Amino acid sequence: MVELRLYLAQRISAAIMAPLVLVHLGVMIYAIQGGLSADEILARTRGSLLWGGFYGLFVIAVAVHASIGLRNILSEWLQLRGLLLGGLCWFIGLALLAAGLRAVAAVVGG
Amino acid sequence: MQDLDHIQVKVWRGDASGGGFAEFDVPQQPAQTVLDVVTWIQRHADSSLSYRFACRVGMCGSCAMMVNGIPRWTCRTHVNKVMRDKRLTIEPLRNLPVIKDLACDMSEFFDKWKRAEGQFSGKDSRQQPVAAISPVEPARRAANAAIECINCAICYAACDVVKWNPDYLGPAALNRAWSLQNDSRDRRHDERLQAVSGDGGCLSCHSQQGCASYCPNELNPTGSIAGLKKMAASAFMKKKYRERHG
Repeated sequence: MVELRLYLAQRISAAIMAPLVLVHLGVMIYAIQGGLSADEILARTRGSLLWGGFYGLFVIAVAVHASIGLRNILSEWLQLRGLLLGGLCWFIGLALLAAGLRAVAAVVGG
Repeated sequence: MQDLDHIQVKVWRGDASGGGFAEFDVPQQPAQTVLDVVTWIQRHADSSLSYRFACRVGMCGSCAMMVNGIPRWTCRTHVNKVMRDKRLTIEPLRNLPVIKDLACDMSEFFDKWKRAEGQFSGKDSRQQPVAAISPVEPARRAANAAIECINCAICYAACDVVKWNPDYLGPAALNRAWSLQNDSRDRRHDERLQAVSGDGGCLSCHSQQGCASYCPNELNPTGSIAGLKKMAASAFMKKKYRERHG
């Protein structure tokens, strides 16, 4: 059942990420057309619930998706199993989540 | 200079403890198959060479070997189509333990077939009439598309996931399971789905399609495995829904 849960979590997180990546790239390309400074970006993102929610969701999906993907690679290439594999997967997921949410907080908060 | 009518053949010789390549000069014949080449070597150059074959017509699935690095059924592979610069390299199938020379131990391959519940378990007894199966029903079409497997283990040798994860059931066993999951006469659908969706089951497949690329019968085990993944995910969601909503 663990395998099935992880499989579903990875597919669902991929389905969430796909449109978010497209919007992220689209906005990036559109926004820099006339030149855009860091201050101008922050002026638009600070206090914005929309961008906070958008990138917050993105970060959660990335943390889930990447940690499960790396779990598969570690298991297949380094033959890791059991607690070590599970522990590393959790560590990678939580580290990505923490780093990502910190970045979101810096862009949206303050 | 190499005689134009001869093929330079490198054949892997050895056993489970190791080995290396031996070289042979084999006369080229019209319509010659790789199995013909191996047989010529055993009959005329080295009678101690071990290999496995039975039907010689692509039915039994026993003569598969690696030919120039690619898994192939040697009885139906023409030398003309696969040799490079009049050279052939023939090795035992990848991902299986070697018994001797070109003969592999197929035990784990068939054990996995059993672990994937590859046996048919009929709902009806022999006293009951033969079940009427519509050949156009979607499930039957899916079963038929996967059923012509001859268990040659070429897909198993082509699969990188088998190489990385020794517990992975492999394309042939999962393809067989998919065929039975679509057989309305079988009564062990739930048990089989459980058997193929755990650790080392269908969810481990990366859809690289090595199996489908090299299957000599042009089956699509990747497609079968994708069907099993969908079936397992859907059964899981339905079960969760029932638990919550009664």
